[in-house]
Amino acid sequence: MATGTEPPATDPHPRGGGVHTPTRAAIAAPHLRTDRWWLTPAATAAGLLAFVVYSTWRAFANAHYYAAPYVSPFYSPCLAENCEPMRGGPNWEIFGPWWGISPAVIILIFPLGFRLTCYYYRKAYYRGFWASPPACAVAEPHRKYTGETRFPLILQNVHRYFFYAAIPVAGILTYDTVLAFRDETYAWGHMGLGTLVFLANIVLIWAYTLSCHSCRHIVGGKLRHFSRHPVRYRMWQLVGKLNARHMLLAWTSLASVALADFYVYLVASGVFDDPRFF
Amino acid sequence: MSVVDRQEWDVVVVGAGGAGLRAAIEARERGARTAVICKSLFGKAHTVMAEGGIAAAMGNVNAGDNWQVHFRDTMRGGKFLNQWRMAELHAQEAPQRVWELETWGALFDRTKDGRISQRNFGGHEYPRLAHVGDRTGLELIRTLQQKIVALQQEDHRETGDYESRLKVFQECTVTRVLKDGRQVSGVFGYERESGRFFVLQAPAVVIATGGIGKSFKVTSNSWEYTGDGHALALLAGAPLLNMEFVQFHPTGMVWPPSVKGILVTESVRGDGGVLRNSDGKRFMFDYVPDVFKDKYAETEEEADRWYDDPDHNRRPPELLPRDEVARAINAEVKEGRGSPHGGVFLDVSTRMPAEVVQRRLPSMYHQFKELADVDITAEPMEVGPTCHYVMGGIAVDSDTAAARGVPGLYAAGEVAGGMHGSNRLGGNSLSDLLVFGRRAGLHAAQYAAEQAGRRPRLDDLQVDSAAAEALRPFSAEAEVEEPSGGPPENPYTLHQELQQTMNDLVGIIRREPEMKQALEKLAELRVRARRAGVEGHRQFNPGWHLALDLRNMLLVSECVARAALERTESRGGHTREDHPSMDSKWRAVNLLCTLADPTGGLAATDPVRGQIVLERETTEPIRPDLLALFEKEELVKYLAEEELSE
Amino acid sequence: MSGYEARFKVWRGDAGGGGLEDFRVEVNEGEVVLDIIHRLQATQAPDLAVRWNCKAGKCGSCSAEINGRPRLMCMTRMSVFDRAETITVTPLRAFPVIRDLVTDVGFNYTKAREVPAFVPPAGLGPGEYRMMQEDVERSQEFRKCIECFLCQDTCHVVRDHEENKTAFAGPRFLMRVAELDMHPLDAAPETGLDRGRTAQDEHGLGYCNITKCCTEVCPEGIKITDNALIPLKERAVDRKYDPLVWLGSKIGRRRS
Repeated sequence: MATGTEPPATDPHPRGGGVHTPTRAAIAAPHLRTDRWWLTPAATAAGLLAFVVYSTWRAFANAHYYAAPYVSPFYSPCLAENCEPMRGGPNWEIFGPWWGISPAVIILIFPLGFRLTCYYYRKAYYRGFWASPPACAVAEPHRKYTGETRFPLILQNVHRYFFYAAIPVAGILTYDTVLAFRDETYAWGHMGLGTLVFLANIVLIWAYTLSCHSCRHIVGGKLRHFSRHPVRYRMWQLVGKLNARHMLLAWTSLASVALADFYVYLVASGVFDDPRFF
Repeated sequence: MSVVDRQEWDVVVVGAGGAGLRAAIEARERGARTAVICKSLFGKAHTVMAEGGIAAAMGNVNAGDNWQVHFRDTMRGGKFLNQWRMAELHAQEAPQRVWELETWGALFDRTKDGRISQRNFGGHEYPRLAHVGDRTGLELIRTLQQKIVALQQEDHRETGDYESRLKVFQECTVTRVLKDGRQVSGVFGYERESGRFFVLQAPAVVIATGGIGKSFKVTSNSWEYTGDGHALALLAGAPLLNMEFVQFHPTGMVWPPSVKGILVTESVRGDGGVLRNSDGKRFMFDYVPDVFKDKYAETEEEADRWYDDPDHNRRPPELLPRDEVARAINAEVKEGRGSPHGGVFLDVSTRMPAEVVQRRLPSMYHQFKELADVDITAEPMEVGPTCHYVMGGIAVDSDTAAARGVPGLYAAGEVAGGMHGSNRLGGNSLSDLLVFGRRAGLHAAQYAAEQAGRRPRLDDLQVDSAAAEALRPFSAEAEVEEPSGGPPENPYTLHQELQQTMNDLVGIIRREPEMKQALEKLAELRVRARRAGVEGHRQFNPGWHLALDLRNMLLVSECVARAALERTESRGGHTREDHPSMDSKWRAVNLLCTLADPTGGLAATDPVRGQIVLERETTEPIRPDLLALFEKEELVKYLAEEELSE
Repeated sequence: MSGYEARFKVWRGDAGGGGLEDFRVEVNEGEVVLDIIHRLQATQAPDLAVRWNCKAGKCGSCSAEINGRPRLMCMTRMSVFDRAETITVTPLRAFPVIRDLVTDVGFNYTKAREVPAFVPPAGLGPGEYRMMQEDVERSQEFRKCIECFLCQDTCHVVRDHEENKTAFAGPRFLMRVAELDMHPLDAAPETGLDRGRTAQDEHGLGYCNITKCCTEVCPEGIKITDNALIPLKERAVDRKYDPLVWLGSKIGRRRS
């Protein structure tokens, strides 16, 4: 008899909202799913949380972010006077000596905003952190729900601007990757393990950035007649293919950017010497 | 007794499939206040199951196509038994009806120059079927549904009420057409949800309820196909025409048992699928009848070349008309060369690469994957004949779709007879719905307008007896005391026995003794059905609904069996083992079914007399200018000499 | 391979109340959940109310919740369950129940009426429509919808918040707005109807928090979120939150 999914024998017609609205079928259990529906939101929350903890530590550490020729993606471009000097590297002293804390904070706003408003990450944290909903057909714990209709969540609509901003950021990280083809004496034409890490990272960053739903809309999705814009149609199809893997790219690029930073940290803090290939 | 909700409308349409919705749109646009009644939810009609397309001679793919060619194909397919004026109107008006759908938002697949694409299909000389992948019926229903919503939005803007001029009564079943003297005065029905009775008074009623497939065990039809409209018309005094012609689609799924009968679209064969028996032989080459010998390939090599070069090769015999293929499969299975589950093999896996199968036949791929766990890109399907369509139906006037003998009654779609003769071509059904749905709506609205001053009166006695009839299953227990009595019967059991009887005894191949046996069995079931009892109450009670539908299925089944027994020839969807060839003397004969005892309701439970009487009538000669569209050599095959000499 | 006896719990009752009832029922090879419900009707519970129609996944009538997940009963094979498992079947839990497995899906028909219909282009008669395949494909995907309303049922915006039903059209009908907005010949803009804007202002697009349950349950595999809802949100951004586009439209150089 007992299957574990059997609802507790309470009031068969509980008054309440949502699935317990009196007109609906009287079922006391908030849901009857028997699979491990909680696994995905739990894993999502754990993954995101791990990244937040790691990146907060690294962003405020203000140390070990440069080991020639590698600059951590968290600190690139470095826009304050207190940045470590990087020859030929991405530091421009836009912020003067008054900027006291870690220069990473200045630039991280943009990738953070891009990912925070990303359609995939929204799904991930709405489900994982907000339990809104925790999983499909599992009742959410909130009394009221207005979605993205008002402040602050209506601001999710600015995703497109973060996408615009994400392009130069990805450009600069590309530049960093080019610089990684130097050795520690800034001589060109060399490669180390770090170069590979950077290469993998930049490919994933670009793939994630271009697979963005806003990008898909801008390159062609907004059109009504693809037949009149064959080039944009082609681009829309290509972006669409990437877009189908947006979730995968969101996670892999998140991991790769952390890994690239961690690699720089290890080399810069002297734990580890960058193995050079040539 | 009759505390029944009553409403007044101008036109009532029974059925919300393609024909019903098209009729309703037309009637409303002509100014009639129109009510639509459907057994299911709005938009779920059986029309959604249609896969192939809508036949219309638009000539978008081959400019040689025109209505005359389409007319010829339709007459050939129906073996010249078609009500020729219907076939003519159908061929002429189908393109307009398809184009009109576009103006209501339909999105068909396109040709390179942006027009509606058309595909090849069995029996059609040119690519003619407007389609949307393999879900054309869904597109048709959705477009009509959305057009109705558009009209309701218009009414809302003008009157503040969406339903002021066009209302859909969802999940309601009509059990009787009410009459004032000879003419129609409205309908009586019940709401499935509450079980409450209602009467819609109207001078004009359009019947568009579809087919009868649920009287057969193996069928591609949904539960709604219980022959309601056929029975309603019979009970209202209108005759049914040529009910012996039932189309068995050659390829239905045969396994697993729970999905037996579900359709495997003809496109599978059109795109290169071949039929093989258990010896691995492409057996269709052995079954090409003489009349088609010069049009079909004789070798596998030639047949295979046809797909790429149709101009210089003849078509593969797998693409013979549906009746021929169905009979061939039946014969192979009977002779012991069937597949493990009693069908034959339909194979695309060795004919084209997996990705091509998935692209061209997406829903077939999914259907087999999800329902049978068969990967059609890797293994053959098992298929066998399944009851698909009834060519027979309510006898109607070709131009107005008015049922014969009952002023105010109209019929369109599968429920109407005549259009397809003895066998329907694929794709001609959807166009039939649109062409004659529109005509029925148009003429019903005109008729209703003419009656405006003298609307027919409602007869309370009829309402009371209809209510009593509908409530009968709840009092089945009480009747045990009656002399006729026996124990109450389970309607589900009766239904299963009926389906088995029709399938085994009046199925694809028919024999005189078996049909006689079927009539006896039907008489027995009829007696038992009067004791069909149900549990529970009237609110959404499927047992009750089935008990009421049994009356209709039994009436219609008797029509099919009697007419099939009477027609001593084989033609289209009617195959007699004891009369295996087509007889041109029967070409000009229509069989009409009427109620044996129209006054006595359904008291006729005498097994010998039955409820139905048959009548023969000679068809109207085909108009000379239409006959002139055919070569003399071809006409000789179908027409009797006296017809030809004229 | 052979048949076995399965344990079922089926919700029975009506708006006044009800509960899960236990059944033991025979299951044969190749059957789907709807077959089992039919067997219950024929042998144990003749008045068990259930909606169904085509039994081939094409009409979208037999929507229910099986082990808590919104699904079509005719497309849920018994073989996906463990034989020892008790299978729970309940009506859709976002809509008012009528009886047993049948719910009142009137919400959806109300919402369907609120979406303004296709506007035919002026000056084009029947037969004169020219549309390219690549232009109709996006809307064609949405027209695959069989209106089973599983997406409407699973969407937490209305499932968990009855009060949002007035403001929110649900995935199915937002997708309908997208379908018309992407229709190559819809003349709504010429009549002053901006579908992209109404999606947000009148049909509650902002309530959608793109958690994709609609896409997960869709038996037709329509990418509702990625291809309809998010593009609609982007179109709303075009209209309301993108100053470049706003400026452009003021100057009058851009046309939608």
